[in-house]
Amino acid sequence: MSDTLKMTFESRSVNEGFARAAVAAFAARLDPNLEELSDIKTAVSEAVTNCIVHAYPDEVGLIHITVVTDAAAGVIRVSVRDSGVGIPDIAQARTAMFTTGGAERSGMGFTVMESFMDDVRVRSRPGKGTTVTLTRRITPRMGGR
Amino acid sequence: MTHTHSFNGTTATVALSGELDSHSARDSLQYIANVVDLCLPQALCLDLGALSFMDSSGLAVVLGAYRRMRELDGAFCVRNVPPQPMKVFSAVRLDRLIRFE
Repeated sequence: MSDTLKMTFESRSVNEGFARAAVAAFAARLDPNLEELSDIKTAVSEAVTNCIVHAYPDEVGLIHITVVTDAAAGVIRVSVRDSGVGIPDIAQARTAMFTTGGAERSGMGFTVMESFMDDVRVRSRPGKGTTVTLTRRITPRMGGR
Repeated sequence: MTHTHSFNGTTATVALSGELDSHSARDSLQYIANVVDLCLPQALCLDLGALSFMDSSGLAVVLGAYRRMRELDGAFCVRNVPPQPMKVFSAVRLDRLIRFE
């Protein structure tokens, strides 16, 4: 059985903590272990940070998150969508150490997402916005759930 | 996010507590820069024992502190890293560059 959460919030950095906590609370229905939950929170934090820092650099825009949990398959899929500036070169943006954010950014956001998730997909159109989809399998616990 | 520090005349220790993300990273960078500028320590240690969450914004904070201590020809280390932040450091192989205690 699958279940869906949708939420929309403003691209203010104060909302990052809310976003990852809300996704983690929803993910809890798949009974993830602590490390799986931490991985999901970290990846969501990276995706939301990208929206705030890069998608809407000079304005406050809206960030839309859709979370789908599939209990039978043991999979959680999180999509983070903005209507911001878009990414002209996705391969470059995903490259480790690449950033347009200056010394305050590490250029490691996508690297962290890729190492913490099973699949990371990015769709973007300059001037239209970006959608990042994060997929993570949740290991069944011994004895089922 | 809260910050505290101590200085024993040679080593400055900055302890970060709470969640380190892009919302709090700027304050952390500023706090650490102020401690280094005021103490001019021979060594700087970041104590992350009370960090409950860190994303890649924390990498920029740690790398910024590391680079500043290199400019001063001083030592740098990160200690008491909880599992979640350690996994972020490991994902980018920062353990090859920075000393973890």
